[in-house]
Amino acid sequence: MSIDRALSGTGSWLDDRFRGAKGFRTFFRKIFPDHWTFLLGEIALYTFIILLLTGTFLALWFKPSMTEIVYHGSYLKFDNMRMSEAYASTLNISFDVRGGLLIRQIHHWAADLFVAAILAHMLRIFFTGAYRKPREINWLIGIVLFTLSLLEGLFGYSLPDDLLSGAGLRITQGVLQSIPVVGTYLSFFLFGGQYPGQYIIPRMYILHVLLIPGLFMALIGAHLFIMFHQKHTQMPGKGRTSQNVVGAPMYPYFMAKTGAFFFFTFAVVSLAATFAQINPIWIYGPYNPLAISSGSQPDFYMGFLEGSLRIMPAWQWVVFGHTFAFNVFIPALLPLGLIMTGAALWPFIEQWITGDKREHHVNDRPRNSPTRTALGMGAVSFYGVLWLEGANDVLAQHLDVPLYTITRIAQVAVFAVPILAYIITKRICLGLQRKDLHLLEHGVETGVIRQLPSGEFVEDTRPLDEEARAKLARPEPLALTPGDASDPVPPPGMRRSVGRVKVRLNKVLHESVPVNGHGTDGHGAAPDGEHAPAAISAASGTADEDAPGTDDH
Amino acid sequence: MSDSTAGHRPGDSDLTGSGSAAGLPPDGNASDGEAGAEETGTAPHRVIGTPPPAQARTLLGTGPAADAGGDGAVAPRELPADPPDLASAKRAERVVVACFIVAMLAGFGFIAAYLIFSVHSVTNVLHSNLALGSTMAIAFLALAVGATIWVRRLMPDVELTEQRKPLRSSPEDRAAFAQTFEEGADASQFTKRPLVRRTLIAATVPVALAPIVLLRDMGPLPGKSLDRTVWRKGLRLLNYGANTPIRPSDFSSPGGMITVVPDGYQDDFDALAKAAVIIIKFGPGQIVYGTKPYPVPGAVVPNWSVNNIVAYSKICTHVGCPAALYEQTTHHILCPCHQSTFDAARGAKVIFGPATRPLPQLPMTTDAEGYLVAQSDFTEPVGPSFWERG
Repeated sequence: MSIDRALSGTGSWLDDRFRGAKGFRTFFRKIFPDHWTFLLGEIALYTFIILLLTGTFLALWFKPSMTEIVYHGSYLKFDNMRMSEAYASTLNISFDVRGGLLIRQIHHWAADLFVAAILAHMLRIFFTGAYRKPREINWLIGIVLFTLSLLEGLFGYSLPDDLLSGAGLRITQGVLQSIPVVGTYLSFFLFGGQYPGQYIIPRMYILHVLLIPGLFMALIGAHLFIMFHQKHTQMPGKGRTSQNVVGAPMYPYFMAKTGAFFFFTFAVVSLAATFAQINPIWIYGPYNPLAISSGSQPDFYMGFLEGSLRIMPAWQWVVFGHTFAFNVFIPALLPLGLIMTGAALWPFIEQWITGDKREHHVNDRPRNSPTRTALGMGAVSFYGVLWLEGANDVLAQHLDVPLYTITRIAQVAVFAVPILAYIITKRICLGLQRKDLHLLEHGVETGVIRQLPSGEFVEDTRPLDEEARAKLARPEPLALTPGDASDPVPPPGMRRSVGRVKVRLNKVLHESVPVNGHGTDGHGAAPDGEHAPAAISAASGTADEDAPGTDDH
Repeated sequence: MSDSTAGHRPGDSDLTGSGSAAGLPPDGNASDGEAGAEETGTAPHRVIGTPPPAQARTLLGTGPAADAGGDGAVAPRELPADPPDLASAKRAERVVVACFIVAMLAGFGFIAAYLIFSVHSVTNVLHSNLALGSTMAIAFLALAVGATIWVRRLMPDVELTEQRKPLRSSPEDRAAFAQTFEEGADASQFTKRPLVRRTLIAATVPVALAPIVLLRDMGPLPGKSLDRTVWRKGLRLLNYGANTPIRPSDFSSPGGMITVVPDGYQDDFDALAKAAVIIIKFGPGQIVYGTKPYPVPGAVVPNWSVNNIVAYSKICTHVGCPAALYEQTTHHILCPCHQSTFDAARGAKVIFGPATRPLPQLPMTTDAEGYLVAQSDFTEPVGPSFWERG
C-alpha cells in the first residue's frame, strides 16, 4: 500500500505539471506483439547501450595519440619498445586498470554482436516484407544505421594502433587512394598528408566517440519513434489483421520482458568477454608499416569487403596519364554499393511493380513471397561467398586446398551461387507453400489407418485448429497490377513497353502455388491466386466446428 | 502454455466487439479529443476473462488529479490481478527470489573480486578478468532468468488487441493543414516576393560552402609527393632491426630475403611506409634478365642487381600491405593481405592476385666501403595505384 501511495503521490505531482495521465496511460497500454525475430532489433539496441557504457569507460584512459613513446609498463615483453601512445594506453587499459581488459573485451564483443544483430534484423525485415508501406522510411534509416555501424566498427578497432588493425588501416588508405579523380586528395585530407602521418588516430577517435554515436542516437531515436507511432507489425495468426495489434501491453509485460532481455544480452556479451579472448593486441604488437602476418582477418563485418578485394582480377587502365585502378575501387565500392542501393530501392521497386499502395501491418511468411525470398537469399549468398573468400588463406590452410584454387572457385561462385540460391530458394518456398496448402485442404495426418467397406485403406486426417489455419492461410490476394500478358486488351498504362515489363515482373514477383491446389507448377499462377484466398478463408470458417476430434473409429 | 492461460485470450467475438473500445490513440496529444470521447463514451468490451472483484490500482490514486479528471470512476480491469494458478505462482516466486538473491550475491562478488584481485601482470589480469567477468555474467544472467520467470509464471498471461487507425489523416485534417500551410506561406510573403526568396537561396550557397572550405587544411595537397621516396644516390641499405649496413658478401646464401631500410630513416614510419625494401639473394643464373628495358614486366635491368642480389619495394602495388612472404623454391613474393604474388626472378612481375603492377625495383650498387647503396630513388612511384600516377 505504501508503494501505491508513493506512486500515486509522484503520479499526481507529475500530472499536475504535465497533464500526462492520458498520454502515459496510452504508453503503458501500448501493445507489443510477440515473435522471436522481433528480438533481433532489441539485441542491436541493447548492444548499442552496452557500447556507450563500456566505450565511456575506455575513454577515461585511452589516449588517441600517435606520438611515439618508449613503453615501460606491466607487459614486460614490450619493455623499452617504441610505440604510439594509443597502443601504450590500450596496453595500460588491459593490464593496469582493474576490469579494463574485461570492459575492452565486452566493448569488442558487443560491437561484433551489434553489427550481427543489425544484419539479422534487416534480414528479418526484408524476408517478412515488414519494410512495406508505411515503413519505407524506417527501412531507409535502418540501412543508414547499418552503413554507419560498419564505419564505426572499422574506426573503433583501428584505434589501438596495433599491427593487425594497422594493416586494415593501410588497406583502407590504399582503397581511398585508388578512387579516380579525388582519391589522392581524400586520402591526404583524411590522413593529414602521406600515410600514416600523425593525425589519423585522433581524427578517427573523434568520429568514433562523438560524431558517429551522435548520428546513431539521432537515427535510433527516429527509428524507435517511427516504430512506436506506426505501431508494430505482427506475424500472421488468429485474429491478427491489418487493422489491429495483438499482444501484451507495454506495462508491465513488455517492460519486464525487455528488461530481462537486456540482461540476457549483457550476460552473453560478458560471458564471451570472460571466456573468449578477443582482439589480443599485445599478441599482435604495435603497428609497423613494414610488418604483417598471414591470416590477417578483419572483424567479421569487414570480411566481405576483404574477400571482394581478394577475388578481383588485376584490371587497370592508364588513360591520358591517369590511372583507373579497377582492381581496387571496383571491389571496394561495388558490392557494398550494390547491396545497399538495392536494399534501399527495393521497397519502391516492389511497390512500382505490384502497384500495391496499401498499408501492410501483417508480415508475410517468407515462403509466401517466393521471389522476394529468393532475391534476398541471392543477396545473402553473394555476401556469403565474398565473406568466405575474405578468409581464403584460413580456408586453404584448414581445408588443405591450394590458395589460388579457392580464389578461382570464388571468382566463379560469386556469380553462380547467388543464381543457384535464387532458384533453389524459390523451389523450396513453392514446396513449402504446397505443404501448407496440403495441410489446409486435407488436415494433419493422424497416423490412424482405417479400412473402408470397399477394402481400401485410408489414413484419417484431422483438420488444423484455427490458430494454425490463420497462420498458414496465405493472407491477402497478391496480384494488384491490372492487366496480364494474356489479356487481349490490357488496361491503359500497361500497353507501352514499360507497362509490359511491369506486367512481366509482376508475374515473376507473384509466382506462387495456386491456392486451388490443382496447379503443379507455380508458373502463371497469379490470376488463380487472386481469387483463391477467399476460398481458403471460407473453408476455414466451415471447418471450425468439427476441429476437435474427427478421428471417428 | 497451460489451458488456464488460454481462458484469458480474447475469442473471436471479443475481437469483433473490441473495435470501438480498444482504440488506443497512437499519440495522446495528436488525437486528444477523439480518444477522450472513446474513453468516456463506450463500455469497455476488452475485458479479459472474469474481472476479479479487487479494486483496480491506478497510478493517480484518488488524488487531486483524478478528481480534476471528472467523475473519477475507475474502469473495470483489463488485466487480471493474479495468475490463475496461485500454487504454481508461489513456486515460481521462490525461483524468482532465488535468482535475484544469486544476482545480489554475484554483485557483491564482483565488488569483492575488484578489491581482491590486483592486476599489473599477465597472470594477475587473467585471474582478475575471470573473477570479474564471471561474477558480472552470473549477476546479469540471474537477473535475466529471474525477470523472465517473473513475467512468464507470476504475471497473469494476457493478450490484448489494440485497434489501428489508418495512418492517413482524415480529409478534414488534411484540408485544415493545407489551409494553415498556405496561410502561413502567404503571410510570410515568401511566395509573393521572389526577390526575397531568390536572394535567400543565393545566400545559402556560400554559407553552406564555408564550412567545407574550412576543412581544406586537414591535409596538404598531394602534389608529386607520392612519386618519390627518401631513397637517393649513395644512401646505404640497412638491415632492418639490427640497422647495420650490408656487404654483398654478408648476404651470400641464395634463397634468403631480408627487409632493408634507408640509412637514417629506420624509425621514420612516414618514410618507411613507402621506402621499405626487400633484398633477395639468387644463385648464379637464376635471375631472368629481359631484353627489353625496364619497366616492361618480366624483365630485370641487369646492372641494378649486385652479386645476384635484387632489391624490390616491399610495399604491395595493390593496396600497400607489406609484401612480406617469400618462398625460395619458387622465388614467389606473396602479399598476405590479398595474395598478390610476384615472381622475384622475373622483375617481380605479377603471377597471381589483384595487383596490376610489378613491385618496383630499387637500383643498387656498392659504395667505396663495399656496402650496398642505392643508385637513385625508385624510377617509378611505389605502392598502390592512384589517379595521378599514370
